[in-house]
Amino acid sequence: MAVSGIALVLFLFAHAAGNMKIFVGNEDFDHYAHWLRTLGTPLLPDVWFLWIMRIGLLVAIVAHIYAATQLTIRAKKARPVKYAHRPKVQGSYAARTMRWGGVIVLLFIIYHILDLTTGHLNPVGDSTRPHANVIADFAPDRWYVTLFYVVSVIAVGLHLRHGIWSAVRTLGQQSKQNEFRAQVTSLVLAVVLVAMYLSVPLAVTFGWVK
Amino acid sequence: MNIKVRVWRQSGPQDKGRMVTYDVKDISPDASFLEMIDVLNETLILSGEDPIAFDHDCREGICGMCSMVVNGVAHGPEKATTVCQLHMRKFNDGDTIDVEPWRAAAFPVIKDLVVDRSAFDKIIQAGGYISAPTGTAPDAHATPVPKRDADAAFEAATCIACGACVAACPNGSSMLYTAAKITHLGLLPQGQPERDTRVVDMLQAQDDAGFGGCTNMGECAEVCPKGIPLSLIGRLNSDYRKALTRH
Amino acid sequence: MGEVNMTDFWAEGEPIVDKAAPDGPIETRWERRKFAAKLVNPANRRKLTVIVVGTGLAGGSAAATLAEQGYRVKTYCYQDSPRRAHSIAAQGGINAAKNYRNDGDSVYRLFYDTVKGGDFRARESNVYRLAQESVNIIDQAVAQGVPFAREYGGLLDNRSFGGTQVSRTFYARGQTGQQLLLGAYQALERQIGLGNVEMNARHEMLDVIIVDGKARGIVVRDMVTGEITTEFADAVVLASGGYGNVFFLSTNAKGCNVTAAWRAHRKGALFANPCYTQIHPTCIPESGSHQSKLTLMSESLRNDGRVWVPKAQKDTRKAADIPEDERDYYLERIYPSFGNLVPRDIASRAAKNVCDQGRGVGPGGLGVYLDFADAIQRLGRKAVEAKYGNLFEMYERITGEDPYETPMRIYPAVHYTMGGLWVDYDLQSTIPGLFVIGEANFSDHGANRLGASALMQGLADGYFVLPNTINNYLASGPFPAVTETEPAVVEARRQVEDQIQKFLSNDGDRTVDSFHRELGHIMWEYCGMERTEEGLTKAIGLIRALKEEFWARVKVPGKGEELNQNLEKAGRVADFIELGELMCIDALHRRESCGGHFRAESQTPDGEALRHDDEFSYAAAWEYFGADGKPVLHKEDLNFEYVHPSTRSYK
Repeated sequence: MAVSGIALVLFLFAHAAGNMKIFVGNEDFDHYAHWLRTLGTPLLPDVWFLWIMRIGLLVAIVAHIYAATQLTIRAKKARPVKYAHRPKVQGSYAARTMRWGGVIVLLFIIYHILDLTTGHLNPVGDSTRPHANVIADFAPDRWYVTLFYVVSVIAVGLHLRHGIWSAVRTLGQQSKQNEFRAQVTSLVLAVVLVAMYLSVPLAVTFGWVK
Repeated sequence: MNIKVRVWRQSGPQDKGRMVTYDVKDISPDASFLEMIDVLNETLILSGEDPIAFDHDCREGICGMCSMVVNGVAHGPEKATTVCQLHMRKFNDGDTIDVEPWRAAAFPVIKDLVVDRSAFDKIIQAGGYISAPTGTAPDAHATPVPKRDADAAFEAATCIACGACVAACPNGSSMLYTAAKITHLGLLPQGQPERDTRVVDMLQAQDDAGFGGCTNMGECAEVCPKGIPLSLIGRLNSDYRKALTRH
Repeated sequence: MGEVNMTDFWAEGEPIVDKAAPDGPIETRWERRKFAAKLVNPANRRKLTVIVVGTGLAGGSAAATLAEQGYRVKTYCYQDSPRRAHSIAAQGGINAAKNYRNDGDSVYRLFYDTVKGGDFRARESNVYRLAQESVNIIDQAVAQGVPFAREYGGLLDNRSFGGTQVSRTFYARGQTGQQLLLGAYQALERQIGLGNVEMNARHEMLDVIIVDGKARGIVVRDMVTGEITTEFADAVVLASGGYGNVFFLSTNAKGCNVTAAWRAHRKGALFANPCYTQIHPTCIPESGSHQSKLTLMSESLRNDGRVWVPKAQKDTRKAADIPEDERDYYLERIYPSFGNLVPRDIASRAAKNVCDQGRGVGPGGLGVYLDFADAIQRLGRKAVEAKYGNLFEMYERITGEDPYETPMRIYPAVHYTMGGLWVDYDLQSTIPGLFVIGEANFSDHGANRLGASALMQGLADGYFVLPNTINNYLASGPFPAVTETEPAVVEARRQVEDQIQKFLSNDGDRTVDSFHRELGHIMWEYCGMERTEEGLTKAIGLIRALKEEFWARVKVPGKGEELNQNLEKAGRVADFIELGELMCIDALHRRESCGGHFRAESQTPDGEALRHDDEFSYAAAWEYFGADGKPVLHKEDLNFEYVHPSTRSYK
């Protein structure tokens, strides 16, 4: 859980940094996208690096989901009879929503890939013009897409808020002082990522980026 | 005060069990929660009904025998308090209070609110000790222990093995219990020789007993009557990682 | 005195002698006894089985140690895990003559203090051995990982406890009992894991099986399934704790009972000094008829608290509304030099006296104030909080009252019982092969136990004494195998089953608890802090009537073949009723005051306990002669070669 989770968090940061290119300019953004495809050349043939990344991510996601499923199955087995009085949540809600939150995030990722990677669900769907895809996607009259992204990104944030800290704990964080630091760091990273990811669709929808 | 209690009744391990409502009248706010059940049981016996079976012993919060989930919270609403030390003044006249047993596959119900916690003993058998047969000990002052370590070991050793952590954990995990023992023994110089095998074997025993996995939700530490902190789980994880890399 | 015809209550038999006791210089007695004892070849040990009943400090440590030595061990406890035995609740600490403070302590001084503290009613040889072994206990506990309090240099901290002038008490915050028990428990679990111990939790011993005059097994009930089984062994060890719950309300755990010891007594083991009861003055008083147990608070509270009651009877005003000149600081008034710090028994009796005068406070008038107002004014709230914060919190949690604002209410409660099954120097009872250790025996504390000595005795017995003395007995084993069809086995089992059947089929209309409560009231009133010939005689009559009523009217719901907590209680209360009667007879026969036994007729002009060494310097070992028969008294003379009897004074 922790190792695959951390790999995915690192990817999220790289992805978010790339997204910010859109605020620099259309061509820069398209250029960045193109660069991703040629990265690693001439050592590697075109797009190979991208596929290596994609496979790595896929492995991380599968490992993450596999581990989560195992934990869920064990949890169900460990409590065959449920409480009649619904247990009060005393820890954090972020922690308690990891499983459903995770499912929502997964569905979002699938939509997101079909939308902005393969272009199947995108009004433009031209992989050579990623900038145009984004602008079309979050156009003001497609506000519901933006809203869906907003909700999903917040779900990702909640997932990360507990996930990052939990990963650190699983890897052995143990002192009381650092516990607070780890929790704050986890929260800050989650908020920063959410802000970065929300900035693009919102900026497009509200017309700040054209 | 007059209250209603809805209590889990289950005649034996095979019975399905259900919540049954009882009226308890004229209970003193100074009575403890268990005394309230005592009073209810006296009336049940005299009216020919089976009294509610529940575990309890010292009734001063140290033996770890008492185990009830009160209104969805292990040991009830008062923080850092076992249910035997919870008093009726924490409730209001007319309240309906739900009382259930610890619910975990590793703690099967024996009857009503009584569960079998022998899985906890099995975890200790797997390595929750320092091998020091009687008579082999050097002088107690042969190895000084830094006060900080001794105090921290003591804090971890205050665990009373009541099982509230398991009852509260949405995963049904016993990680906090195991972590408390790992920490207690691992902080002391006497505990070092077996430190690696202890953590590996205890975790294996914990899994074998059917407890769930830990996802650091923190519900356990919230209900722990002895205030065992969640950070000890990090210590266990760290010990486990080191043990795996060393072997 | 002597108006009652004593022979109505008991008969006197032959004196009893401790044949295992070595003589000669006291310093080497234990060494010589160990050397004289027969040993068992390690290869033969696995052919020998030992049953241990009870898994507290004494039973847990004994079972683990015997298993380490190679014996096959079977253990039984009524709790769901050996770690929950009531040893766990001991707060204060454990004494040991380590002299780590270089303050003049020694084995001899601990021995001396313990004999004196026991009011010269304990055996010198046993106490000396206890003091010798005390140092090994600390080494053993530290090696097991018991987290004792330490100083900044990393060495063990010590404190002075119970008014001793040396610092010899080792402690682990207020949880010394728990930490020591966990040490023994973990050692025991290790042996269980290794397959050397068969642990049976939630099992209750209901009889001892005697074949050819030797203890060869027990009858047990599985408390989960209700199944009755007979278990055999080459020797049986009882480590089943004290009997303070005969008072119903005590600081003992709810499950603590005398059944294992009492059933052995019924089978012929003598029961010694049952009347010696330790009553602790600073407990939280009853809050009403629902009260199920009492909670002890550290005696250290009396260092800064002032004890008082209103001068007027039935004064229902709040404490704050009672002006200074209408308060009676009775301990300071009666004992001007020691004031609030008089010993436990004196403080307890004084509290009872003022309450008997109708001046008690709180529910039922059973309480006195322990007031910190002066201390808070003198030292400041912060300082008081630093010293007693956790105790104040505990008090507030239980009573709902804030002791910083209103004075605490305290009342004495039964805390420990010094009496128990009679054992010789080897800790063997009068039934060969039946050994008794820990609070269940009578051996080391005499008429009164010093603070921080209960843990010491339990662990000394379990780790070091029994594992050395039991060899001498087991060396003549393995004994011929016992079978289920042996008449003694069939009979023991039948008795147990008959009693259970009797309970379940009785068409009664009173609950077990109601009888237990009533017994407790009788015991507390007449065999509590202050005993008189008149009161004890009356109590015996009341208990006999209660016994009759119990068997006629007790109602036990449910079946035998299930978890049935009322059935368990019924058997225990039946035994408590018989024990209560014997306690009163023992108290009646001992026409002196000593330690935890105060006879109003035997006091100095200023109310001090008055011993009669010429007449009563013996341990009273009682033989059972049927539930309605007269017990027979066997006296074991006590000789004091090293510590000469003296009288204490607190004026």
